Amino acid sequence: MKQTIPIVENILSANDKVAAENRARLEAAGVFAVNLMASPGAGKTSLILATLAALEGRLRLGVIEGDLAGSIDADKAAAAGIPAVQINTGGECHLDAVMVRGALDSLPLDRIDLLIVENVGNLVCPAAFALGTRINLLTASIPEGDDKPYKYPGMYRGVQALVINKIDLLPYVPFNMDYFRRGVEALNPGVVTFPLSCRTGEGLPAFADWIVAQVQHGRHKNPD
Amino acid sequence: MHEMVVTESILRITLDHAARAKAVRVCAISIKLGQLSSLVDDSIRFYWELIAADTIAEKAELRFERVPARALCLDCAAEFALAKDSFTCPSCKSERFKITAGEEMTVESIEVEAP
Repeated sequence: MKQTIPIVENILSANDKVAAENRARLEAAGVFAVNLMASPGAGKTSLILATLAALEGRLRLGVIEGDLAGSIDADKAAAAGIPAVQINTGGECHLDAVMVRGALDSLPLDRIDLLIVENVGNLVCPAAFALGTRINLLTASIPEGDDKPYKYPGMYRGVQALVINKIDLLPYVPFNMDYFRRGVEALNPGVVTFPLSCRTGEGLPAFADWIVAQVQHGRHKNPD
Repeated sequence: MHEMVVTESILRITLDHAARAKAVRVCAISIKLGQLSSLVDDSIRFYWELIAADTIAEKAELRFERVPARALCLDCAAEFALAKDSFTCPSCKSERFKITAGEEMTVESIEVEAP
């Protein structure tokens, strides 16, 4: 006998469930986690290292690095003295909540205030997979071009903050900031943005101050 | 984008619900995909052939319902189809809007044979 079973279940619900567990675990440990997304080469790792410097010891940082292969980024973070775990996705185009759950086991969560999860460089897939972080942060960069919000609306819609990196290249690259910002504003009205340059350091203090405020605002554990 | 993972999830959801209904065969699966989900039907079908083999859903027909992206203008309250390369309300040219459809990604129902 044939019968139709109504389901209406989100296809990625299994991932969302693990993401909720990760989120609860991070909050219980008093860790403020950020899902850092961008295209390859936008400066995600540079932003982490520059933020570490700009924080001047105000927060204890930890890093999860997602890459298809290798440990170059985790090595850079470790060399800077940051507890770092590398996740090799083995070709998968994004991090998912299960991968992050595994990485959390390897981190000293009780000694981390701010955990930056550096996603795989990709503007399409990572937006669909919740990891359990508190906020999604997108790093755009000037050489990518000003049309990216229009081409990757899913990514631009799903973030709570936007860094515009490599502003030191504005004099050399055709990039219409008004056009770019109009696209961002249409997709994600009022999203907080930080134009900066990891290379020159311009704009980094404002970003670092904002992140400190976010962590303090969202903090559950008492400072020790 | 990541159709392999998505196809695995569709299969897991299908087999879970089929087992609960004590089904012996899954005949069809209705899947709703929004235009903004960046998922390709053909790619899901391709992976389905590989991973659903030797399950009770092996021969299931995949029925895709595509949902076009729609938006509600926050200034003039017009509802409009969202174009791929323009984020402007056709009535009042405002660029402030809320997406009302097009992000769906759900298994809607399955059709099974139960004893």
